Amino acid sequence: MTRVCVAGAGTIGSLFAAHLARVAEVSVLVRRAEHARALNEHGLRVSGRADFTVRLRASTDPGELDADLVIVACKGNDLEAVAERLTGQFREATVMTTQNGLGAEEIVASRGDWPLLSSVTFMSGTKHGDTHVEYILDTATWVGPYRATTVDDARTVAGLLVEAGLKAEAFDDLRPAQWSKLIFNATVNGVAALTGLPHDPHFAEPPLGDLVHALIDEGKSAAPACADDPWEMNVLATQRGHAHRPSMLEDVEAGRPTEVELINGSLVREARQRGVPVPLQEALYALVKGKEASYS
Amino acid sequence: MRICIVGCGAVGSLFAANLAQLEDVEVWAYDASQPHVDAINVNGLRLSGAGDVVGRLRATTDSAELPACDFGIVATKTMHTDAAIAATAHAFENGYVATVQNGLGNEETLARHVSHVIRGTTFPAGKLLEPGHVQWDVKGDTTLGPFGDTPLDVVRELADACTRGGMPTQAVEDARGPQWRKVIFNASTNPIGALTGLTHGRVCERPDLRRLVSGLVDEGKAVATAQGIVLDADPEELIDHAAKPEVAYDHKASMLQDVEARRRTEIDYLNGGIVRFGREHGVPTPLNEAIWALVKGVEASWQQ
Repeated sequence: MTRVCVAGAGTIGSLFAAHLARVAEVSVLVRRAEHARALNEHGLRVSGRADFTVRLRASTDPGELDADLVIVACKGNDLEAVAERLTGQFREATVMTTQNGLGAEEIVASRGDWPLLSSVTFMSGTKHGDTHVEYILDTATWVGPYRATTVDDARTVAGLLVEAGLKAEAFDDLRPAQWSKLIFNATVNGVAALTGLPHDPHFAEPPLGDLVHALIDEGKSAAPACADDPWEMNVLATQRGHAHRPSMLEDVEAGRPTEVELINGSLVREARQRGVPVPLQEALYALVKGKEASYS
Repeated sequence: MRICIVGCGAVGSLFAANLAQLEDVEVWAYDASQPHVDAINVNGLRLSGAGDVVGRLRATTDSAELPACDFGIVATKTMHTDAAIAATAHAFENGYVATVQNGLGNEETLARHVSHVIRGTTFPAGKLLEPGHVQWDVKGDTTLGPFGDTPLDVVRELADACTRGGMPTQAVEDARGPQWRKVIFNASTNPIGALTGLTHGRVCERPDLRRLVSGLVDEGKAVATAQGIVLDADPEELIDHAAKPEVAYDHKASMLQDVEARRRTEIDYLNGGIVRFGREHGVPTPLNEAIWALVKGVEASWQQ
């Protein structure tokens, strides 16, 4: 049986860990001792799109855990710290990143010579405490090779995720998919965080929809390639009837640091490097940074 | 001389209380807030901060009580112009009505209800602390000019009264320069404060936001130039001046105050106005359009 360690048990990490625990031997690396204790005692419950509870092993000490596959599922802002804790551990494992934005792979790659896969995930949920996660959107996770891995390795992991009850697909080259999601997230998360609107039909109709469209066009002009059209992703998402609250909106409302650097910052920096002007995305980036600055 | 202030909020109160200091001017105030009107009638209208003044004047929420006036000074929020002047127009049958409001299009709205209109722009700012009491945050100049066939001499009469009362006011032949300077200033800074929650000074000390402000200013200047308007000063200089600690570093833009109180903002008459005039004159204004759409989104979020 495959041994999987999920590093970071927020919403996405919990969804991976719980589902995989049905088909693999799963451990979870967490930051807080009481979180580990709660998981070891009560297991992890999934509600929403699925309904089950699994037992799994949780620890704050990576030295106590071993795995063939490590899924790094922390938020982008915690990635440096988590990657640091992985250094020198899991010597036999393949490591897979799942963070939003661009550049997560480089951060992990600099901390060890594991074979690396990258992934982007579109599933979403809400955590209701340390041992319960609600599975809200059962959208796919896309997996691709990054370093010393092949598309076959990506297929193996995608297959495992599908067997566990999640949606997943393997790609030869994940960059176009990452760009699609980057443009989508930079635009939708940024606009939601600034307006206070959940991702609802306002994002697809004038006047706000016109801005969303223009932001996405700018993003596409800076992207080397896109897998799915982020505008179509946006329109589809607003038609689901359930208005998703992007994490950046929740962060801003709670006065927490957002992932703006990893998402909007990555997009703007990549565009600058390519010499592509993205004045609207620059504006969005500056405004969200300003909003963060207003907390203090 | 009888002057009626139409809309006695923060800015209207600055004019009302200062003009009431003059022996030869009788001041009336028309406002929608009964507690504010009652407080003014009982205790006078008090300003504190940049100047400490108490003005004795007649205030009313009932426009039928207004006598015939020589001048009106309209200081309502821009979206209330139409209703306010429709209610009070009878008092200005033989009078001249000046606007000192923010934004674009106020003169045209007034001219639909009264015969004689004066274009105007004012820079002083404040906020209502409690009924009958306004904090005077920033002193500044007012510029008035003819609109339509209003003679400059009549404009001078009103400007002179304001200046004598303690609100320095100039009468000029073409007041569009100062008006566009202020619209560009407001459209380029207010919504940035409203969207981020930052005071004016904090917006300006962030290089990325300051660049965005300049991008908005450049679009506004291009739209003004396309109409043959010569700005009387560079909005950029005013923005940097206002950011100084001793000027308005800590000032929360009125639009930020609106957003915090979930009141409809003046975005349609600021950035929305620049976009509208830009379209008429073939000048692209993508940043103003973006900011307009974002603030409209903020307003829409209150309906959720």
